[in-house]
Amino acid sequence: MLDNFIVRALLAGLAVAFAAAPIGCFVVWRRMAYFGDATAHAAILGVAMSLAFSQSIFAGTLVVSVLMAYLVSLLSWRGHSMDTLLGVLAHSALAFGLVAVSFIPGVRVDLNAYLFGDILAVTASDLAVMWVGAVVVVGLISWRWSALLMVTLNPELAHASGVNPKSEQLVLTVSLAIMVAVAIKVVGVLLITAMLIIPAASARPMSDTPERMAVYAAIIGVFSIVVGMYASFMLDSPTGPTIVCISAMVFAASSFVHSVRSR
Amino acid sequence: MNAATEPLLEAQDVSVRYGRSTVLQDVNFSISAGEIVTLVGPNGSGKSTMVRALIGALPVTVGKITHQNGLRIGYVPQRLQMERGLPMTVRRFFDLPKRVDEASLNKVLERIHVPSLLNQQMMDLSGGQFQRVLLARALLGNPHILVLDEATQGLDQRGSAHFYQLVESVRNEMGCAVLMVSHELHVVMSASDRVICLNGHICCQGTPEVVSSKPEYRALFGSGTQGALALYRHEHDHSHEHDHSHDHDHDHDHDQRPEL
Repeated sequence: MLDNFIVRALLAGLAVAFAAAPIGCFVVWRRMAYFGDATAHAAILGVAMSLAFSQSIFAGTLVVSVLMAYLVSLLSWRGHSMDTLLGVLAHSALAFGLVAVSFIPGVRVDLNAYLFGDILAVTASDLAVMWVGAVVVVGLISWRWSALLMVTLNPELAHASGVNPKSEQLVLTVSLAIMVAVAIKVVGVLLITAMLIIPAASARPMSDTPERMAVYAAIIGVFSIVVGMYASFMLDSPTGPTIVCISAMVFAASSFVHSVRSR
Repeated sequence: MNAATEPLLEAQDVSVRYGRSTVLQDVNFSISAGEIVTLVGPNGSGKSTMVRALIGALPVTVGKITHQNGLRIGYVPQRLQMERGLPMTVRRFFDLPKRVDEASLNKVLERIHVPSLLNQQMMDLSGGQFQRVLLARALLGNPHILVLDEATQGLDQRGSAHFYQLVESVRNEMGCAVLMVSHELHVVMSASDRVICLNGHICCQGTPEVVSSKPEYRALFGSGTQGALALYRHEHDHSHEHDHSHDHDHDHDHDQRPEL
């Protein structure tokens, strides 16, 4: 079954949809969109390093993304506004990454594959790594779910209940880095944040509790992946961007229905 | 001695600095089981900083904060900004940080009067409803101490008077200590066993009557507030059952209070 590249692509897409749903919700709730961008964009630097030292792309992107996320939380306590800081870091990480890739001797690197994903080139071992990553992410977030919600609502409230906001932030940061490493082959670094935010945002109007929102986000993510892949075969369009287009249409539909209903 | 007389929360020579500015200087404080202590002070006097340090949300620069072993804190924040993107029913909110069983939920809801709100979104609540929900959630953990950080900000006079009456009656039933921060002196002071007047350091403390006649207190708040206090007591006298329980507690707590 795994011999078929379409089946592999589909399974890879599903791993991304599942991992993205719970983190995507927190990215929306905690207004971390730029944080997601910074982590994702740093991954291209990870790609360059992996190629330079002939290491696995997954390991390289994971390490650099974690370092980036750590750098952001370290710097966020001093001086600059978070918004400015993340704007600087997200785009410089991308720029440094692109420059670094151009220095890689020998192999001509297909940058597009990393910027926009190359879901059809997913191998069976990629798949194994991605699913392990997705399971770890979903496991981590569900384990810390209640504590993360407390911290998101109000840090003092969390403290009073014996929850330490800083360690919960770390859980989220690490999960985000794993998610980036999982998703890079499917949608590419530029569109990872889209896969995090759009399904979660589409799920918002139909949800009355945080749990429902996460489940609906997963369903919408799966729908976007399946329909997006099918559409990209039909239209011969790039797969990653097509998937994001589909989820954007779901978002538009969900927002429209909501605004009509609440009128 | 035994655990009952040991303070629930204690601050020893605590100072808090942000960069070069000192927000709190040499604060010594303790609160025992069943006590009602009110923290008053002008804006920027370090009231919120002190509360955050006491509950462990803020590292202190100098000194030590001690919690009684296994202390359960029920915290009601100044206000809770609900993020629009986060769907949250009142019922779901009560299950944070852990699921509560229906029996204890119903018991608390009877006291706080929010049962009809359970399926509402937190974002859709009015200011008064929201604060009552926050109070209910704090009580669900069956706390030893209830900490209210300007919990009536954004409520009108009647709303906050009502809220504090609720706090008082809850305390009478549950017997937990209460630490509250307020600048609405006339509303909170007479319900307190002890008032602490804060302005970067502890200016003065004692019973409401003692504090409101101190020169340090008058320097901060002017003498006009005494009139407001008297006015409040006057209104307060009219609520019969309330006044009764109030007097009762005063006697009760004086016995328990550690020496200052």
